Amino acid sequence: MQAQSTIDFSQPAPNILHAAITGAWQIGSKLLSPATVLSRLEADSRITQLIIDTNELAAWDTTFLTFIRTITKECQNRDIGLEVQGLPEGVERLLHLASVVPEQKGVSPKKKHQPFIYVVGESAVLFVTSSLQMLSFIGEATLSFLNFLRGKARFRRIDLLLFIEECGADSLPIVTLISVLVGLILAFVGAVQLKLFGAQIYVANLVAIAMVREMGALMTGIIMAGRIGAAYAAQLGTMQVNEEIDALSTMGISPMEFLVLPRLFAMVLMMPLLTLYSDLLGMMGGAIVGVGMMDITLVQYITQTQATLDLTNISLGIAKSGIYAIIIALSGCMRGMQSGRSAAAVGEATTSAVVTAIVGIIVTDGIFAVLCDVLGI
Amino acid sequence: MCWAYERDMMTLNTGAKNTPHIIVSDLTMAYGDFVIQRNLNFTVNHNDIFIIMGGSGCGKSTLLRHMIGLQSPAKGQIYYGDINFWHADPAERSRLMQKCGILYQKGALWSSMTLAENVALPLEEYTDLPARDINEIVALKLALVGLAGYEEFYPSEISGGMQKRAGLARAMALDPDILFFDEPSAGLDPVSAKRLDDLILELRDSLGTTVVVVTHELASIFAIGNNSVFLDGETHTMIAQGDPHMLLAETDDPKVKEFLTRGGAVSAGAGAG
Repeated sequence: MQAQSTIDFSQPAPNILHAAITGAWQIGSKLLSPATVLSRLEADSRITQLIIDTNELAAWDTTFLTFIRTITKECQNRDIGLEVQGLPEGVERLLHLASVVPEQKGVSPKKKHQPFIYVVGESAVLFVTSSLQMLSFIGEATLSFLNFLRGKARFRRIDLLLFIEECGADSLPIVTLISVLVGLILAFVGAVQLKLFGAQIYVANLVAIAMVREMGALMTGIIMAGRIGAAYAAQLGTMQVNEEIDALSTMGISPMEFLVLPRLFAMVLMMPLLTLYSDLLGMMGGAIVGVGMMDITLVQYITQTQATLDLTNISLGIAKSGIYAIIIALSGCMRGMQSGRSAAAVGEATTSAVVTAIVGIIVTDGIFAVLCDVLGI
Repeated sequence: MCWAYERDMMTLNTGAKNTPHIIVSDLTMAYGDFVIQRNLNFTVNHNDIFIIMGGSGCGKSTLLRHMIGLQSPAKGQIYYGDINFWHADPAERSRLMQKCGILYQKGALWSSMTLAENVALPLEEYTDLPARDINEIVALKLALVGLAGYEEFYPSEISGGMQKRAGLARAMALDPDILFFDEPSAGLDPVSAKRLDDLILELRDSLGTTVVVVTHELASIFAIGNNSVFLDGETHTMIAQGDPHMLLAETDDPKVKEFLTRGGAVSAGAGAG
C-alpha cells in the first residue's frame, strides 16, 4: 500500500494561508511538491503569513525536511511570514543541525567557461610542461644509471630478479601465441601473392626477414607495453597513492634508483631475448603454412630461411627491441611516478603509460626505417 | 517484524526502543583455519549506540565486515530483526543492506565523482525521486555534516576529515535504520572527533537510528556508547559486554579494566560520558 500525504488549505483571514499536512511523508510515498503551496502564495498576493500545521503528520523522513527547507527559503525570498506548528522534534533538531554550519559560498571549484584562445594557450603550456617533465625524468633516470655504473645505486637484487621473471618467463605464453600467429598471417598474405609468380618458396624469405627485422621486435614491444608498461604504471601509481614513494624519499633512498632502475634493467635484459624467441616462433608459424599448404618440404623451408638471414637483419631487430624496452619501462615508470593520489588518477596513469609506450615504439620504428634506408642497411 | 520495509519513522522514534535490532549468535570468524574470534553472542537494541571495542588486531573491523555482509561467518548466525542474515538469499541481503548506512575508515568516497554525485548515487539507484528532489536531499545531507556548498568538490580536493563527513552524508542518504561506523575518529583532530561524536548522538536522537561503532578511542566510547562488547585478541573471544560506564565501574577483568583506563591510569575520557 502506498502511503500518501495531503495538504488541506484554508484561509482564516485574507492575509493568512493555513496548510494542514496529514499522512506519511516519506520516500516511496506519493510526495507533494513545494510548488503545491507556493502556487497558492502566488495566486493570492494578499497573503503575508503562511501557517504550516504538521500536528497530523503520521510519518516523515528526509524528503519532509527538504520540503520544509524549500518552503522556508521561498518564504524568505518573498517576505512572507512562516509559522510551522507541531513540527516533530526530530525534524526541528535536524533542520537546526543543517543550518549550524553556514553554506560556503563561492568555494565551488567549477571552472568558468574560458575563451577558445585561452584553452589553446593552456593546452600549449600543458604540452610544454609535460615535455619538460618527460625530459627531466629521462635525465634523472640517466643520472641514476650513471650512479649504478659507479656502484652507488641502491636497489634490492631480489626485486630485480622478480621483475626479470615477470618480464621474461611470465611473458612467454602470450609472446608464443602472438608470434606464431603473426608468422602464419605473414605467410598467408605472402603466399597468395607469390603463388601468382610460382615463387612460393620465397614465403620463407618474406617471413624470416619480416620477423627478424620488424615484426618480432614490434609485436613483442606492443605486448610488453600492454603487459609490463601498464603494470609498472599501476604499481608505482598505487605506491604514490599510499605515500610509499614519499616514505622512500624522506628516508633518503632515491625512488628513481630503488624503483625505476630494477624495472628498467629487467625490461632491457629480457626484451631482446623475448624478441629472439618471437623471431623463431614467427618463422615456425610461417613454416606451418609453407610446409602444410604449399608443397614446400621442411628442409627446403629451413635452407631457404638460413640463406636469407644474416647477422645485420637479426641485430637490427635486437637493437630495436632494446630501445623499445627503454621506451616501455620509462613511460610506465614515468606515468606511475607522476600519477595523482586517487584511484581514477592511477587508471589514467596506466592508460597514458600504454599509449605513450606504443606511440614511442611506432615513431622509433619509423625513424629506424628511414635511417636504414638512408644508410643502406 | 520491526525491521521490515514498512518504513515508520514515528515508531522508530518512540516505540521500538530497547527491542532487539541485531542479534549476533554464537558467531565464529576465521580466515581458513585461523580463528579470529569465536562464540560471540550479543544483542544490539533499537536506538542503541553500540560500541565494538578491543585492542588493535583483535578482529573488530572483521566483525563489522561480517555484520555488513562483506565476509561470511565460519559458524553462527547474525539476525536483523527476525531475518537470519547469512541464510537469507542474496537479493534479501542486498535489500537489508539498503537500510544500513556504512561509514568506512577512510570515507571510501568514489574518487571519480563529486561529493554531490557520491551522495546522490544511492538515491538514484534505490528511489524514484525526481532529480530536483534528489538535489535537495543531497544539499540537506551535506549541510547536516557541515559541508554545505561543497557539492561540486571531488574527494581529492578536500581534507581527510571532510572526506569522512562526506562519507557520513553518503551513508545517511537513504535514511538508514542502522548506521555502522568503522573507526570514526581515526585520523581526526580532537575537536573534529568530538563534533563527529555529537553528530552521531544527534542523528540517533532525531532519526531514531541504531548505531554500531567500531572504535578504540576511549573518549568516544564514553561520550556516545550506551552498550558495548569487548573483544580480546589473546583468547579470541569476547570477554565483556554492557554499558561502557558500567563496565568501567564494575568489571573485575584486568584486561577490560586496563583498556578502559588506558593501562591503569585514570582516563581523562572516563568522565566524559
